[in-house]
Amino acid sequence: MSELLLDVANLKKYYPIKQGVFNKTKETVRAVDGVSFKVNKGETLGIVGESGCGKSTTGRMIMRLIEPTDGKVIFEGQDILNLSKHEMRKVRKDIQMIFQDPFASLNPRQTVGQIIEEPMIVHKMGDRKKRQARVQELLELVGLSAYHAKRYPHQFSGGQRQRIGIARALAVEPKLIIADEPVSALDVSVQSQVLNLLQDLQKKLNLTYIFIAHDLSVVRHISNRVGVMYLGKMVELADSETLYREPKHPYTQALLSAVPIPDPENKTKRIILSGDVPSPAHPPSGCPFHDRCPVAKAICSEEIPHLRELADGRLVSCHLVD
Amino acid sequence: MSDSILEVSNLRTSFFTDDGEVPAVDGISFSIKEGEILGVVGESGCGKSVTSLSIMGLLPHPQGKIVGGQIMYEGKDISHLKEAEMRKLRGNDLAMIFQEPMTSLNPVFTIGEQLTEAIRLHNHMSKQEQNNRAVELLKLVGLPRATELLKEYPHELSGGMRQRVMIAIAMSCNPKVLIADEPTTALDVTIQAQILDLMLKLNQETHTAIMLITHDLGVVAQVCKRVVVMYGGKIVEEGDVKDIFNHPKHPYTEGLIKSIPDLYSKKDKLYSIKGSVPKPGSIKKGCLFAPRCDYVMDKCKEQVPELLGSGHKSRCFLHQDEA
Repeated sequence: MSELLLDVANLKKYYPIKQGVFNKTKETVRAVDGVSFKVNKGETLGIVGESGCGKSTTGRMIMRLIEPTDGKVIFEGQDILNLSKHEMRKVRKDIQMIFQDPFASLNPRQTVGQIIEEPMIVHKMGDRKKRQARVQELLELVGLSAYHAKRYPHQFSGGQRQRIGIARALAVEPKLIIADEPVSALDVSVQSQVLNLLQDLQKKLNLTYIFIAHDLSVVRHISNRVGVMYLGKMVELADSETLYREPKHPYTQALLSAVPIPDPENKTKRIILSGDVPSPAHPPSGCPFHDRCPVAKAICSEEIPHLRELADGRLVSCHLVD
Repeated sequence: MSDSILEVSNLRTSFFTDDGEVPAVDGISFSIKEGEILGVVGESGCGKSVTSLSIMGLLPHPQGKIVGGQIMYEGKDISHLKEAEMRKLRGNDLAMIFQEPMTSLNPVFTIGEQLTEAIRLHNHMSKQEQNNRAVELLKLVGLPRATELLKEYPHELSGGMRQRVMIAIAMSCNPKVLIADEPTTALDVTIQAQILDLMLKLNQETHTAIMLITHDLGVVAQVCKRVVVMYGGKIVEEGDVKDIFNHPKHPYTEGLIKSIPDLYSKKDKLYSIKGSVPKPGSIKKGCLFAPRCDYVMDKCKEQVPELLGSGHKSRCFLHQDEA
């Protein structure tokens, strides 16, 4: 059994909507509403869901880039939500993030060398010479060349910029990397290059990933376990093989069937959900999915289902699954 | 076999920048038949969007220019029409929907105003008739509460609903050809499934031909019958969707299909095409794909292959003998 690295328990983020002269809280948007999961060392946990389901907020809360309303984030046995700003900064050396937009996440006025070196300066690692040697090493590790250190981000393509973002994340030798939609801005041919790079690096450096994405096939490819989120809640969490072979939650089933398969012979019947994701300010009563669920029963609109473990080890929150 | 309604032959579109002429579309030819759904696939910078803008006469002025070739719509060349004449065609016969449902609607006008604008410009109808038509269109694209929606503003709608409104606007004058440029790229998968379903339904009911531009091979496989694959401003492969997916001829198409992670089975390692898409105009000699190709031969670096074949065409020296 592998070692536990991160334990997220009942994580919540509520945003108050304030109105009027007295700034009275009128409503609350439940962006993330009680999400729990564990991440073991060396594995990749994928988190999928549609826009507004809270997957990115969850990722950012683990790094405390967004302060959670409630819950626990236990990293290597230590609840990092109680840490001071100063202590938190030290923890961030172990948890790094890769962002979606390779165009917006790199400072256009810095050279690639400066971008990659900066986290090492922040964390006071080595002297100038050592850091620069490390920059060269990192560039080569992510498939670029040492001479690229003197160039500026605009001189690179999207895929290369994402490699720079990865090199920056690796600079401080993190244990956990949270990748928030790292390949969704890239073309298919470049996407596969970056996915392969992430996998190679994981093997080489024994990294742990939390991989947040909306593309189900990408998540399946890279993850050992996958969690599906809907409206701020985790609705199903299982081994990726189990989840994709036999999704249990009706939302997971609909989500999987909606993916267009690149095979013209495969015209499986799609489950087309009606309507849109409801607003997280007014979630439906009971199960958040019941108003779009094709198999909803009376109980679904009355009681909120809880995430429970099935015989095959997966976690599902649905009243109708045995 | 029905006749082609839109025929593009040897179209060349260039952008004139400070660094000189950049060929974005470099001699492409294809046709769309009545009621057909044609897929145009390619990665960023392959010229697929510029092709659609050329057809619609919407190239950025004055940098973008059609420098050669013809665009025949119902037997008439529309590539150099005057703006006033083009305006009669646009919206009426040729309509377009864009990728960004957030930015392609005007935030300060109601849905009703934007929807009736196209109807008003192309038809003589009373206010009441215009409104009735608008309601009818919103129902056609599957939007509930149509009458109330007319009075709402774009920000009150979700992304999927906005894209439905865009489709309603595009369909308002019963166009013969609908150009859809990445219509579902900004949408979530479940909403994407709804929109694709809607487009298929409209295609069957109204017999509008659709040119679907996308980078998503999954969407193409599910929706289109015929596919054109573009790379570096040229068509590298063209054919029936089944032939393209089952027996891709061009190494680029083959590479693209192999790079997609599979939803049903897990591979250890993904195939990836080495390198990245070249800048337009940077490769002067030989096949544009040669530097990234696994099967590259000496010949490929010297000569540009032709698009050859009957039915299933490809631009590759590997398949020139079969043609």
